Amino acid sequence: MELTAKHEEYWHRNLKITSILLLVWFIVTFVEIWFARDLNSSMTFLGFPLAFYMSAQGSLIIYVVLIGVYALLMRKLDLEYNVDEGDLE
Amino acid sequence: MTTDTFSHSAFFQQLKKYYTFYTGGFLLFLFALAIAEQMGMSRAWIGYWFLFATIALYAGIGWMSRTMDVAEYYVAGRRVPAFFNGMATGADWMSAASFIGMAGTLFLSGFDGLAWVMGWTGGFCLVALFLAPYLRKFGQFTIPDFLAERYGGNIVRSIGVIAAITCSFVYVVAQIYGVGLIVSRMTGLEFGVGVFVGLGGILVCAMLGGMRAVTWTQVAQYIVLIIAYLTPVVWLGIKHTGIPIPQIAYGYTLQKLGEVEKKITNDPKEQEVRKIFADRAAAGKAALATPDQSYTDGKARVAQNLTDLKAANAPADQVAAAEKAVAAYPANVDAAKVQWKKETALAARAAPPKPHGEAFPGKDDAARDTARLNFIGIVFCMMFGTAALPHILMRYYTTPSVQQARVSVFWSLFFIFLLYFTAPCLAVLAKYDMFTNLVGSSFATLPAWAAAWAKVDPSLLNITDINHDGIVQWAEVVIGGDLIVLATPEIAGLPYVVSGLVAAGGLAAALSTADGLLLTIANALAHDLYYKMIDPTATTARRVTISKVLLVCAAITAAYVTSLKPGDILFLVGAAFSLGASSFFPALVMGVFWKRANKWGAICGMVVGLGLCAYYMYTRYPFFGVNMPLWFGLSPVSAGMFGLPASMLTIFIVSLLTPEPSRQVQELVEHVRYPNLVGDTMNTQAA
Repeated sequence: MELTAKHEEYWHRNLKITSILLLVWFIVTFVEIWFARDLNSSMTFLGFPLAFYMSAQGSLIIYVVLIGVYALLMRKLDLEYNVDEGDLE
Repeated sequence: MTTDTFSHSAFFQQLKKYYTFYTGGFLLFLFALAIAEQMGMSRAWIGYWFLFATIALYAGIGWMSRTMDVAEYYVAGRRVPAFFNGMATGADWMSAASFIGMAGTLFLSGFDGLAWVMGWTGGFCLVALFLAPYLRKFGQFTIPDFLAERYGGNIVRSIGVIAAITCSFVYVVAQIYGVGLIVSRMTGLEFGVGVFVGLGGILVCAMLGGMRAVTWTQVAQYIVLIIAYLTPVVWLGIKHTGIPIPQIAYGYTLQKLGEVEKKITNDPKEQEVRKIFADRAAAGKAALATPDQSYTDGKARVAQNLTDLKAANAPADQVAAAEKAVAAYPANVDAAKVQWKKETALAARAAPPKPHGEAFPGKDDAARDTARLNFIGIVFCMMFGTAALPHILMRYYTTPSVQQARVSVFWSLFFIFLLYFTAPCLAVLAKYDMFTNLVGSSFATLPAWAAAWAKVDPSLLNITDINHDGIVQWAEVVIGGDLIVLATPEIAGLPYVVSGLVAAGGLAAALSTADGLLLTIANALAHDLYYKMIDPTATTARRVTISKVLLVCAAITAAYVTSLKPGDILFLVGAAFSLGASSFFPALVMGVFWKRANKWGAICGMVVGLGLCAYYMYTRYPFFGVNMPLWFGLSPVSAGMFGLPASMLTIFIVSLLTPEPSRQVQELVEHVRYPNLVGDTMNTQAA
């Protein structure tokens, strides 16, 4: 079947959500690691050196939230563009 | 799916009721055993109770979920609610390495160990964003199914099957090893017997009910393993931080740990012990430089010593010791070399403790940069490997809808997170406890747990009074990583029943992962190889039967390989992830996100990725003996860091050089991109 312009738009907005979340993932993972030594010496959080906190807990929490946000946004997008699967009770 | 009479919400309520009862029952069982222990039940019996009660339970769930239906057998009927699929994925995901090994690695390597924590959680972001919803929409049974449908032809499917079996098999060997170890520790049975008892549990469960049985068992196993992991940590946390959620408060313990580390580094007695090790290492190195000369000299020296003592009429015990030294002197130069090498290795113990919280410690900037690169390498490979291991991806075929698949990734990571953010906390608390309670205690009055473990298993805990001052110095203690989780209940002063619980948790972690992996292997053979490529006319009953037979064969082969005790477990696990990342991830993701990716691109890309990754491991990992110089100092575990980009690039270039995929394939891509496309007549979902 031919995709409508609306369908294309749905996919583009999906790609946008995906890239933004991926950027967040990249920052709290690789950028954080790259500057870990500086972060550790610059400040403490709850008694932890900052990079230790991020690698042991902070980034993990952000990962969980990030996936939750993705599921919510995509649900909204599905409904908006009428590509949702209907209510499965 | 809305038209069938099956009600998802009623099913969810029912499951919630079952598992609440189950959790209550398990806590009651713990309570009863605790009372029995107070009344004098022996430790061995507590071990047996845990072992047989939990295995019987898992097998019981397997028996109740037995099935001959294809969709039930392969994907649990596609009606596993997101929440429970999350729990099952959590158990599937967390292996013996996570449960027992992780905290130990963190204990031994401090900040550097966090690479595994980040890698094994952050990968789920990639699963959520790139794979789970699209695979669910596609809705077949296995991962090679998707590759075959998207890229067309049996070559792609075959490569998929080979890659799936390779990484799952490497991984399952590590799990079965863990099963044997835990069972033998719990009950005192032989390692081999332990492997087969555990394997029996896996087989009854997976064979009778396939994915359906494995799913519901894994949920049960998750509940056991998380209770087992958190109980002792909470207790230890109250002891050291004063609050029952030590994960929040251990930052301050980490600071105190830093002070104790400094004290240990500067303590004269500690320095004395470290100097002894440094001297012995230097002597060993010197002897190795001129082996023949050193051997003759050394032999003459011990003989001379004995003669002198005898001539001087020395006390009997001194003479006896000198006689023993003569008798124990290596029989030839080669034996002496082995001994000198051991002495040289003592150099590692001559170093002061590494600061636990310091990122990438090293002697200069170059060493620190290499440490950082290797940290990144592990994080990278573990993350992309997570998003490529077929036994995890397969789980997202089992949810009722695309949206449920997305939510299910959230629950998966949430349940995994509960254990992973506890492990670094446990490592810090255990280290602080040892630095303050074990170090400085006298050899005559060691803490009870230390005395017990040093006697039971010297490979896990070895304390020798090197400088003969009767006091324990940190440099005199050698710890095996696995000790941390296994001994925490005793360090925290909890009754033995909690130690039994921890072992049962470790067993649950190992069994649940092994279940999922064996199922993946058997399905790749039965579904992809037999049904799709050899006999497409096979009846459903025959397909399921063949799957079951192959499952038993895969299990027995894996158990046999395990009994050979191959190499380093952490390397095996890391290798599985690197291989998965280099072979599957690029082809799967580009298959969804780039319509232009075609058959030849995928074939070449997967071969290049897998090949480069395997080549780097083979030529760099010391076990194989080739030992070529490392690229950028990157260790062979992280071979995926080369394999994955190479594979992606190959798919890109080769796809552009060859004709674009057919209209039908492009429609398939469109089909998986939209949860529900009005007017789309394509239905890829296998019933």
